[in-house]
Amino acid sequence: MSLSSPCCLSQLAASGVGVLLALPVFGIFAARRAPGSRLIYAACAAVCAGLAGVALITLLAPAARLEPVEIPIGLPLARTFLGLDPLSAAFAVIINLAASIVSGYAIGYGAHAREPQRIVPFYPAFIAGMNLVLLAQDAFSFLVGWELMSLASWALVLSEHRSAENRRAALVYLIMASGGALTLLLAFGLLAGAQGGYSFEAIRRVSAPGVGPIVLLLALVGAGSKAGLVPLHAWLPLAHPAAPSHVSALMSGVMTKVAVYGFVRLVFDLAGPPAWWWSVPVLLIAGITALLGVLYALMEHDLKRLLAYHTVENIGIIFIGLGLALAFEASGLRAAAALAFAAAIFHVFNHSLFKSLLFMGSGAVLNATGERDMEHLGGLIHRMPVTAVAFLAGCIAISALPPFNGFVSEWLTFQAILLSPQLPQWVPRLLVPAIGATLACSAALAAACFVKAFGMTFLGRPRSKAALGAAETDRWSQIAMLALALLCLLAGILPGFVLDSLGAVTQMAVGARLAPQSALAWLRIVPIDLHRSAYSGLLVFVMMVLAAATTAFAVRRFASHALRRSPPWDCGFPDASPATQYTAGSFAQPIRRVFGSVVFRAREHVTMPKPGDTAVARLRVELRDTVWDALYAPIIRLVEATAERLNRMQFLTIRNYLTLVFAALVTLLIIVGTWR
Amino acid sequence: MSYYDWLIQLAQTALVLGLAPLLSGLTRKIRARLLRRQGPSVLQPYRDLLKLIRKEAVVAENASWLFRAAPYLIFATTWVAAALVPTFATGLAPGAADIIVIVALLGTARFLLALAGLDVGTSFGGIGASREMLFASLAEPAMLMAVFTLSLFAGSTQLSSISAYMLGPGAGVNISLALALVALIIVSIGENARIPVDNPATHLELTMVHEAMILEYSGRHLAVIEAAAAVKLLLYLSLIACVFTPWGTAVAGAGVLAYAVGVIAYAIKLAALAFLLVVFETAIAKMRVFRVPEFLGIALMLGLLGTILLFVSRVSR
Repeated sequence: MSLSSPCCLSQLAASGVGVLLALPVFGIFAARRAPGSRLIYAACAAVCAGLAGVALITLLAPAARLEPVEIPIGLPLARTFLGLDPLSAAFAVIINLAASIVSGYAIGYGAHAREPQRIVPFYPAFIAGMNLVLLAQDAFSFLVGWELMSLASWALVLSEHRSAENRRAALVYLIMASGGALTLLLAFGLLAGAQGGYSFEAIRRVSAPGVGPIVLLLALVGAGSKAGLVPLHAWLPLAHPAAPSHVSALMSGVMTKVAVYGFVRLVFDLAGPPAWWWSVPVLLIAGITALLGVLYALMEHDLKRLLAYHTVENIGIIFIGLGLALAFEASGLRAAAALAFAAAIFHVFNHSLFKSLLFMGSGAVLNATGERDMEHLGGLIHRMPVTAVAFLAGCIAISALPPFNGFVSEWLTFQAILLSPQLPQWVPRLLVPAIGATLACSAALAAACFVKAFGMTFLGRPRSKAALGAAETDRWSQIAMLALALLCLLAGILPGFVLDSLGAVTQMAVGARLAPQSALAWLRIVPIDLHRSAYSGLLVFVMMVLAAATTAFAVRRFASHALRRSPPWDCGFPDASPATQYTAGSFAQPIRRVFGSVVFRAREHVTMPKPGDTAVARLRVELRDTVWDALYAPIIRLVEATAERLNRMQFLTIRNYLTLVFAALVTLLIIVGTWR
Repeated sequence: MSYYDWLIQLAQTALVLGLAPLLSGLTRKIRARLLRRQGPSVLQPYRDLLKLIRKEAVVAENASWLFRAAPYLIFATTWVAAALVPTFATGLAPGAADIIVIVALLGTARFLLALAGLDVGTSFGGIGASREMLFASLAEPAMLMAVFTLSLFAGSTQLSSISAYMLGPGAGVNISLALALVALIIVSIGENARIPVDNPATHLELTMVHEAMILEYSGRHLAVIEAAAAVKLLLYLSLIACVFTPWGTAVAGAGVLAYAVGVIAYAIKLAALAFLLVVFETAIAKMRVFRVPEFLGIALMLGLLGTILLFVSRVSR
């Protein structure tokens, strides 16, 4: 059997996951010494790189049939299949590329962990779980992988368990994850039908009628809660920042993508042909998610929580693409569906790159200063120059600005939106322009948010002693961050190659592919037709470089070279203290006033002492999380009230208990009797 | 793409750069005349730039490399964006960039400018950056919605195609088009720091936005930033001219005569638009900062309304 044959590739990938599953055992022993942890992280990096390579070959190989391998482990009646089809291969490339670089970062960063034995064994298990979800070709192994991923990441969230905040985050995460897994279980159960063929192949063949809408709903809840769709996002800004930063990078940059994969697999592959109205709930939720996510992020002053909220926004953007793809596919507009779907998957790729990069940067900052609160940072561009450059690249990329990669996927999404007047139905036609406006708004607000994030953390003057005494992070971390920054730029100026490699995926999901892009002049991407729209990231980048070089040369040649360093001018205010700088709170204040008074019911309370009184004047801002108040708080109250009632049953006499048991038995017998 | 196209693209790149200070000079002159002042010569901006680049640059002690690099990056990005808007001829660097890219390039320049404002760590820099990003969070989507309206009309986001469509028989007086024009004008006023949103000729006012961000700049750095601001104004006026008054613009591959006509037509359009802009500016008072989001919100709603009307009206066709 030759190496490039599909079956062999599936076996390679499966054995890669096997290695990852074995690593935790070694991790328990290795974590006792620093070189041991390094070795485990290095092994993870190597295995992930290998898995990414295998998946890439699978994705680009012209072989039409990819045989899954059968594994002799699993349920007694169901058979376990592992393998890579184009959809899982694309996600496997994305996930393992990011995971490999994050593991490289962890070689350096992981050495700072206080209790490595709480992190090192679970880390490979987490990656193995994610890969198992992707490799699974049957519902059983999919759910096993999903639960492994959830539980391993839960353990990692709890690794710094001494803080009450982290324990609460882990609890909320565990509850949400169990709920999500339950809905996925129900979705697969419905799809498999009465015959109960749990392999994807069997589900595709059977396609029980009428279950599609329920599966869509369950997928939105199950995969959506893992991905962070509003209103199921509540755990995400709690749990992602609580984990160590390399795990945060994996959870935010990578695990949310596995959730997107779960949604795509269920809705595009297994649930059968979509109806047009499926797109309506998806688009609505996606639009709300994109806008609310970025507004939450803007109000946040904790760097890692800000990034976590931003993941919510980006998941919204991805689901906008997926919703459009559903609408187009249902109406038979296959070329448009391919464009929208490719835009969504491109954004999945982009987000995995820049979100991992930004979390790694925030980890470096946290390590150097011990601070996550931006109000205590500042001026780090002088003390951590390499981290600053990489973080800046990530900020520009995530703000969807050219020439970086975030812009390309948003541009493609906009192009898909502009095709939607072709839709025959009224509802999406009215909805899509509003979604377009939401997307444009969230992109502009994202730029504001990342001006805040970079400006408050890296620019200005240090706002605390910790920020003043910061030092650059280690070599491994620097190399990992620069590698991701470079990938962000490359994907931005050479988008044609990415789009071309997604051809097989769109073919599988929506039944069409975009025209080949990478052979076009100037490597431009032309989604539909040259006269309609085109973008050459390379040409724009070259023009920008040439223009900047020309300007710099002209200034150098003709302008004065004299340069004097002096105290800041600041309109003549002398020697101001760093406390007079704009803070993250003051930066966001105008935006809070304009948007926050409705969304967060933001109120400002000013305590102003009387003239002559030497008491301190105070400004307190009150923000309400409306989603939490409206959805979660009542549920929590209900659960508590029920628990309170049930509590009484703990203190009954033995006679009462026997009566209860008897009553339960009789009730059950009656039910069984009437069921027949 | 032939060498000819490249030549035109190069000529246009040089033209926008050369004309931009003249346009600012012209607006200042018209404004002075409307206020019954003599006003400086229209060539004054060129002299100002020359003066600035000969001066010593004073940089704050704690400024980082970003502070010194930002002016060049801002200028380069704005210049590239301006060079991609057809001025006297269409069919430039075909397929390099459409109008969404131009909007996004301006976004990149704004992002860097706001960061430069925060770099030194003064309260004025922060106030400017914060307000600029607030305005942008409404102005950019408003601009994109106006762009969507135009693109839906022409079935293209390429400016050359939109311009050609507007010249053709398909375009007429249309409510969506009018809404897009109003939205685009409001955005142009907001983004170029003109009255009533901001005052380009003020210092030390709590309402200043653009000036607050560049307060720490001097010498050659300030010159480059001023030039970028002039190019940006030219860009917006060229964009409106290119889309709403496409007459006289030379098409790709036209003869030398057509290009000459194109240049003259372009100059006339720019002068007329500059005149209208200044008349509007002198007739209105500066707004309070928190009124500006409402002003820009109008643009966003108009743009959205125009787009939705188009989405709906496509049914009947």
